[in-house]
Amino acid sequence: MTEIAWIDAALTSARPQAVAALLRYFRDLDRAEEAFQEACLRALKSWPQNGPPRDAVGWLIMVGRNAALDEVRRGAKNEALPPDDVISDLSDAETDLAERLDSSHYRDDVLRLLFICCHPDLPATQQIALALRIVSGLSVKEIARAFLVSEAAMEQRITRAKRQVAAADVPFETPGAVERSERVGAVAAMIYLLFNEGYSASGGDVHVRVTLCDEAIRLARMLLRLFQGEPEIMGLAALLLLQHARSPARLDADGNIVLLEDQDRRLWDRDKIAEGLTLVEKAFRHRRPGPYQLQAAIAAVHAHAARPEDTDWEEINNLYAVLENLQPSPVVTLNRAVAVSKVRGPAAALAMIEPLSGKLSGYFHFFGLRGALLMQLGRDAEARVAFDQAIALANTAQEAAHIRLHLDRLIKDSQSPAGRKQAAQ
Amino acid sequence: MYYAILCYHDEAVVNAWSKEEDDAVLAKRAVVTNKLAAAGKLGPVARLMPTTAATTVRSGREPLVLDGPFAETKEQLLGFYLVDCQNLDEAVETARQLGRDECGAFEIRPLRLFWPEGKPA
Repeated sequence: MTEIAWIDAALTSARPQAVAALLRYFRDLDRAEEAFQEACLRALKSWPQNGPPRDAVGWLIMVGRNAALDEVRRGAKNEALPPDDVISDLSDAETDLAERLDSSHYRDDVLRLLFICCHPDLPATQQIALALRIVSGLSVKEIARAFLVSEAAMEQRITRAKRQVAAADVPFETPGAVERSERVGAVAAMIYLLFNEGYSASGGDVHVRVTLCDEAIRLARMLLRLFQGEPEIMGLAALLLLQHARSPARLDADGNIVLLEDQDRRLWDRDKIAEGLTLVEKAFRHRRPGPYQLQAAIAAVHAHAARPEDTDWEEINNLYAVLENLQPSPVVTLNRAVAVSKVRGPAAALAMIEPLSGKLSGYFHFFGLRGALLMQLGRDAEARVAFDQAIALANTAQEAAHIRLHLDRLIKDSQSPAGRKQAAQ
Repeated sequence: MYYAILCYHDEAVVNAWSKEEDDAVLAKRAVVTNKLAAAGKLGPVARLMPTTAATTVRSGREPLVLDGPFAETKEQLLGFYLVDCQNLDEAVETARQLGRDECGAFEIRPLRLFWPEGKPA
């Protein structure tokens, strides 16, 4: 690895903590970002000569803060003198101050920085864009590519989002226990959204999408390091790791979706699976199940199966039943129906999803599963109608292409009724 | 004499490496370990999962099971090499080679007891 790559990795990993501390110091997002930027420029000059400092985060906070204060001083020549405490020379106390700026508060600082990005007034895509810009430090250009919009449009979106969060005025006092746990929940949801944005493959550059998934995992691990004993955060990190582990097998050479049961499981990332399984195990020891833990546990059952036919569908059905109970939603029921179709057959599954037709009338996966179940029951004409509806609702070309495969199969089968393959989610 | 070469680094930095960068570090180190292995000087080698995967058990009358690593530190124990060296100089040289162009730290700890087969030799 080159020296620049080392420094780059160090700056990337220091960013959330350093920007968070500078934000608390300056109480202004733009100033905190500029200060960090300036500190990075100085690091690129100084570190290759002097070697990296032992405490890179502390160094960046200190240098960034001083650089921004210099800026204030320079500006002050034309204005009234700033108050003494702002310009007083702090060089003697620097190590001490860096420590104070950093360690005692860093958990709430980083949490606040993340929380600012997921302000409820911001639409999901803007929350993600803001987090990628402020916390992860991705360039506007990279973010624009991920969302398939022009750089100028993304710049505008981020600027507007920043103005909105500045107006929202998130308090800088140390949060109470309830508020802290609410913030953790909101941040976890934002990280999950970020991951899904990368995972759902709704078009765009594959590399950029993988970056989003990697970034989400990095943030989830960071959140978990701040809240080591929080089983839902273990669950979140595990869920992302276990899902992302399948990425190398999810698309074929032409970019088409490969179903879970058709994936070449040798391509799954064993390191990510092992880490995900460990985290699920750790989380469940707390006996406080939550949605992320349960979804991670379901992903873990799939990861345990060396072949699709080894999948413990009974266990998946049980886990979905708990999840349904904890967080009732038609989408969860729909997913559970896949497990039910494996355990009790397509008729039982179909009976389970029919009542959802009203709520999920605009949902691609509802019609995809309905068509697959009808096809298994030999009700080909109805299956075809459902598949047509699914194609009409497909979000991506891959989704549509995937359903067309089923339709082709139906047409082929109507000519020769033998050899029908099971289809599910 | 057996020495453990313990690898310490900021795991947030290591996690920020791209796969290519990670592979490059492993490839660079493999040059050193291959040489050691060929000379019959290399024992077990391990890379540890992130500290978020760790669980700590504090012994006592009522042992305490805690999530996370034993201590919150700026740099974390991320893995280790076990090497058979003539003396400390050789162990230091080995650590130096392993860490060439890197910026973490290696702690060299001579072994007091070693059961490669899981029982006294």
